[in-house]
Amino acid sequence: MLSEFRLPALGADMEEGTVVQWHVAPGDAVKRGQVVAVVETDKGAIDVEVFEDGVVRELVVQAGTKVPVGAVLARLETAGQSAPPSLPPEPSGTAQEAAGSRARISPAARVRARELGVEVASLIGTGPAGSITIADVEKAQQSTQPSRQPSVDRAGERDMAPAGGMRAAIATAMSRSKREIPHYYLSLTKDVTGAVDWLAARNASVPVTERMLFAALLIKAVALTCRDVQGFSGFYRDGRYEQSPSVHVGVAVALRGGGLVAPAIMDTAVKPLPSLMEEFRQLVMRARAGRLRASELAAPSIIVTSLGDAAVDAVFPIIQMPQVAIVGAGAVSSRPWVVDGKVEPRQLIVLSLGADHRVTDGRLGAQFLAGIAERLAAPEKL
Amino acid sequence: MKREDLATTVLALVTGIAPDVDPASVIASVDFRDQFDFDSMDTLNFAIALHRELGVEVPEADYSRLASVDKCVAYLAEKVR
Repeated sequence: MLSEFRLPALGADMEEGTVVQWHVAPGDAVKRGQVVAVVETDKGAIDVEVFEDGVVRELVVQAGTKVPVGAVLARLETAGQSAPPSLPPEPSGTAQEAAGSRARISPAARVRARELGVEVASLIGTGPAGSITIADVEKAQQSTQPSRQPSVDRAGERDMAPAGGMRAAIATAMSRSKREIPHYYLSLTKDVTGAVDWLAARNASVPVTERMLFAALLIKAVALTCRDVQGFSGFYRDGRYEQSPSVHVGVAVALRGGGLVAPAIMDTAVKPLPSLMEEFRQLVMRARAGRLRASELAAPSIIVTSLGDAAVDAVFPIIQMPQVAIVGAGAVSSRPWVVDGKVEPRQLIVLSLGADHRVTDGRLGAQFLAGIAERLAAPEKL
Repeated sequence: MKREDLATTVLALVTGIAPDVDPASVIASVDFRDQFDFDSMDTLNFAIALHRELGVEVPEADYSRLASVDKCVAYLAEKVR
């Protein structure tokens, strides 16, 4: 049968995208999960995968074309009647394989290239896994005189440019979340001295490449607790809640040009901590280099947002639709705390939860938050 | 290694792990955190890059000594011959 390959929505805040590159041509066989196109969005350039096996019949949208979410990008000849699965396919292959020889570029570098009139396709990247950096763009502009001078109005909006489109997209999505989701918020202060000490001792005994961040413990603790307490890892669609069969924790990553993305660590609950940490590290790097995959952006069943580096006590997080919960964490800091009737300096963290009253109440939310805190108290079991 | 060479290497490593940082804009005396929101993940990646490039294993307790280009150069000058 002939099947239509459409531009997927990568979160509630995406309305359109520009196909910048096709990796396949008519006649090519494709496998479920294979990256077939690069689409530039407000979240950066995203690798978009196909959802079924088949053979490419026709590329409907040419590279360079901007299209709305849901637009037919290509037509595939497929074997069965298989409807697109509700969950995106597991990303196949590693980041290195996905990189190939094509131009990957951070959102900030792409903006600079546009300002300077530098053709991105002609650049050789020197960043992580060959991604194009701002320095690469500027070097290219210096070596070859620009074919186009940067326009005056572009130069004027330089400071706001990197975040402009993404800022508008975030504002739209968050307004909708606040309007449609009856949020409730809970917070819990937890003594995590044990976990902090455990992590420091562990990090001191392993090579630098195997060190872990506290955030990795938190992500795993959240994922495991999602399995213990139902109602927080899933999707609210068409008036009903559906628990996600696997927990895919999305991690809020702040981008330096402004804005943020929340790609998922797939099947978070079953990953051993060291591999979860390595994936987390790669994910953050790829998010900032503009190298994310569509499935990673569409997958999160819950999000963790850690503002530990910003040195705030607590976060009051807003749920990203169609999810129903988001866990926040402030900085771990040394504070006075009562232990066995005495005040002692301890390492404290404020965990918070933004959750959806259409699905759960504060009592269950409290149980969920307490579950995360309990898991953090036993880091060796994570 | 000379101090100028160390500074060049540090700058290359920083922009290598953070491709969204404009190398021309980096001020050697200002902390990375204040200049471009370096976070704990960036610091870890930087420590890994230093290990790969210079063979220096920076303990977590010394992370604060990697906070800017100038601080890095002073620290690395002790560690790299």
